[in-house]
Amino acid sequence: MNPACDIVGVKKSFGATHVLRDISLSLPAGKVTVLMGANGAGKSTLVKVLCGVHHADAGTVTLGGRPYRPEGPSDAIAQGVVTVHQSIADGVVADLDVASNLLLDRLADPASGLFVRRKAMRAEAARVAALMGLDLDVTAPVAGLGLADRQMIAIARAMARDPKLLILDEPTSSLSAKEAERLFALIRRLRETGVAILYISHRLSDIRAVGDRIVSMRDGQVSGVFETAPLDYEGAVTAMLGHAMTDVNLSGAARGAEVLTLDGLRLRPGAPAITMAAHAGEIVAITGLVGAGKTRTAEILFGLCKSAGGEIRLEGRPYRPEDAADAIRQGVHLCPKDRADNAVIPAFDLTGNMTLPFLKRFSRLSFLRAGHQRRRTADLIGDLGIVCRSERDDIAALSGGNQQKVIVARWLLEPCRLLVLDEPFQGVDIQARRDIGRRIRETAKGRATLVFVSELDEALEIADRILVLHDHAITGEHAGGTADTAAIIAQVSGQVSEQGAPDKQDQKEDLSA
Amino acid sequence: MTRLAIRYGFLALLAGLLIFFSVFADGFFGPRSAVFIFQSVAITGILALGVTCTLVVGGFDLSIGSVATSALMLSAYAMVVTGLSAVTAVALCLVMGAVVGLVNGLLIVKFKVPDLLATLGMMFLLIGAQRIPTEGRSISTGMTLPDGSTAEGTFAPAFLWLGRHRFDLILENLIPMPVVVFVAAGLLIWVFLTFTRHGRMMYAIGSNERAAALAGANVNRYKVAAYMISGVLASVGGILLAGRLGRGDIASGNNLLLDSVAAALIGFAVLGAAKPNAFGTAIGALFVGILLQGLTMMNAPYYTQDFVKGAVLVVALVFTFALSNAVKTRG
Repeated sequence: MNPACDIVGVKKSFGATHVLRDISLSLPAGKVTVLMGANGAGKSTLVKVLCGVHHADAGTVTLGGRPYRPEGPSDAIAQGVVTVHQSIADGVVADLDVASNLLLDRLADPASGLFVRRKAMRAEAARVAALMGLDLDVTAPVAGLGLADRQMIAIARAMARDPKLLILDEPTSSLSAKEAERLFALIRRLRETGVAILYISHRLSDIRAVGDRIVSMRDGQVSGVFETAPLDYEGAVTAMLGHAMTDVNLSGAARGAEVLTLDGLRLRPGAPAITMAAHAGEIVAITGLVGAGKTRTAEILFGLCKSAGGEIRLEGRPYRPEDAADAIRQGVHLCPKDRADNAVIPAFDLTGNMTLPFLKRFSRLSFLRAGHQRRRTADLIGDLGIVCRSERDDIAALSGGNQQKVIVARWLLEPCRLLVLDEPFQGVDIQARRDIGRRIRETAKGRATLVFVSELDEALEIADRILVLHDHAITGEHAGGTADTAAIIAQVSGQVSEQGAPDKQDQKEDLSA
Repeated sequence: MTRLAIRYGFLALLAGLLIFFSVFADGFFGPRSAVFIFQSVAITGILALGVTCTLVVGGFDLSIGSVATSALMLSAYAMVVTGLSAVTAVALCLVMGAVVGLVNGLLIVKFKVPDLLATLGMMFLLIGAQRIPTEGRSISTGMTLPDGSTAEGTFAPAFLWLGRHRFDLILENLIPMPVVVFVAAGLLIWVFLTFTRHGRMMYAIGSNERAAALAGANVNRYKVAAYMISGVLASVGGILLAGRLGRGDIASGNNLLLDSVAAALIGFAVLGAAKPNAFGTAIGALFVGILLQGLTMMNAPYYTQDFVKGAVLVVALVFTFALSNAVKTRG
């Protein structure tokens, strides 16, 4: 194997957070290397280093035998590393026709002259399309094409630059099984041209179709490389999730009355029905890969989107929240994932951030009682061990882990009937994770708690019961503490399901319906 | 050191200006001169408070100037042409301002028109609409109407009182009504934005809309409310202007939009707030007023006024963004 791209000892930190600890990886030409990793494992940072968005703090990258250190994204492309991003909208200009899209880079090149020669351009575009095996009318507007065609145009455009390394970031995430099949055919064709392909995906079907080798990442390090056929998918998932048990005291959970009941809930039209219950005092972790339906479930429970069928009951009564405010009123709290986008108010101090949803309780005739607010915040700072100077600190001055504690504290400030936490340990260090988990367990009495996590470790640390979600269906249930990690991993990756043999193809068809 | 400069730099600059003009400009120091400055910025300031509310929710209202001139023309038309009472005219103007704000808000939250474009469209629409009833002419008693008749009505004395009355304070006839309204509106908006939970939610929306929505805020309702506050305050400004002028002058109020936006943006720099705030907006309006008054008294030509305002705005923006970012990156 001659590596097209050699990554040796790459490190990258943001402030005190080490995102890439020490990555060494070689990407052989003419092979598809599948990169797997949970949220926060450092996948996207690695991709950003390769495509010139970030500069590595240490380590070297060699591309085609020459040192590669891109100045920025356009320099990366010029040197032969081309990335097709997950969101298809970024890859194509919907208002232009196929020909213009295929040749967009040439249009943007100042050397190509002022006027567009329509005829020559179409001929050239048809040539590029034929080369890629795309059967498309080059004069058709892209707006009228399906997602798969758009995706393939984006890839074809990338290939027109003759790259040494092509990075595909979850290219099938919005495609149906049939569309994905066409994409795989294109990828196999590209592989033969000798380009090295870095393919980011968790999907077994993708890996079976095009993967030559799997690299698993965990905590900013390569945790496993699998390259002997048949590829050990389960081993790769194990390496990615890890399951070294951490000693956490899970005792003392007294299970009370049923609080939340999902009765035949469908996350999407055509998805299997989900039936489950969560009890007072109980912490239920729901684990699954990215895209398995965790966030969707959380959003349905918080009134942010509607389910596709089935019923939700809260303490036995039908529960149909209109919006977030209605959910909060009915005693359902959601601590959302991606705190920077969904939770942090950068302009506010800790007090303002923590008390935001419950300002009504801290005000009289709408006038805020600042002292009351600050005292309550100071209490919670103590409860969660938030490291800060005072409750008047700007939230932006805190580390990621402490910011996350503030956001979790926001939803612990008032008692609730159901607390939903979506990836509460996202991007936090181990100490913050322990503190948050401990506080969630300490306060669990009297409410039901649902925790959505993709890292198995996190589920094992916090939960009394673990449910596995795969492709919008529950595929397994385990008691916390004694859980059989191998079985959970098998269910997470969709290889075994309680209903019997998995039928991956059918489930994918359902998704696209 | 930088922190101190950011926090008090702009106020120090203001104090410096006051001392400078008091020493070098004859007649600058004194209650009459101070009131004159207040009066010159009162209407701009009221509009600027409205813009501040839309800036707080992360929006922008370009239609305020035209709402104010529309209120001016509407009140003139109501009294001079149709002969309605002062109370009715004021009520009509306030309702007009609220409705314009409502429409702006709905365009932005329901039809997803970007705020700048929605309010720009509304600005054009209003500038055009206010000219239609009189075929583009100013309104005054005795003018000939499009149908050939003569406008017989007059501005009601009570209405003129709103624009021209002066209250006694130590000196006789010292404080004009618009200044009282400006100070009252400033206090009201300041208290609302700073000390109430609704104001706090509006800041939250402006800082991270999605996070505020996930904390249970009805983002759309708050945004519409902000544009309605802006519309109503702009129409108040228009009423006061009409009362002062005593005629429906089609050409007045040309500078209202830019001046009030400048005041609101200068307000970012006051006390290092780096965000829209009512106190800063009021100080921003006064700052411009003091500078212009002082320069005029030192015989600076009138055509340099816009240049001076622009310079102040740029300095204020540098204060706000460059310096406070420098502090943040240094931790």
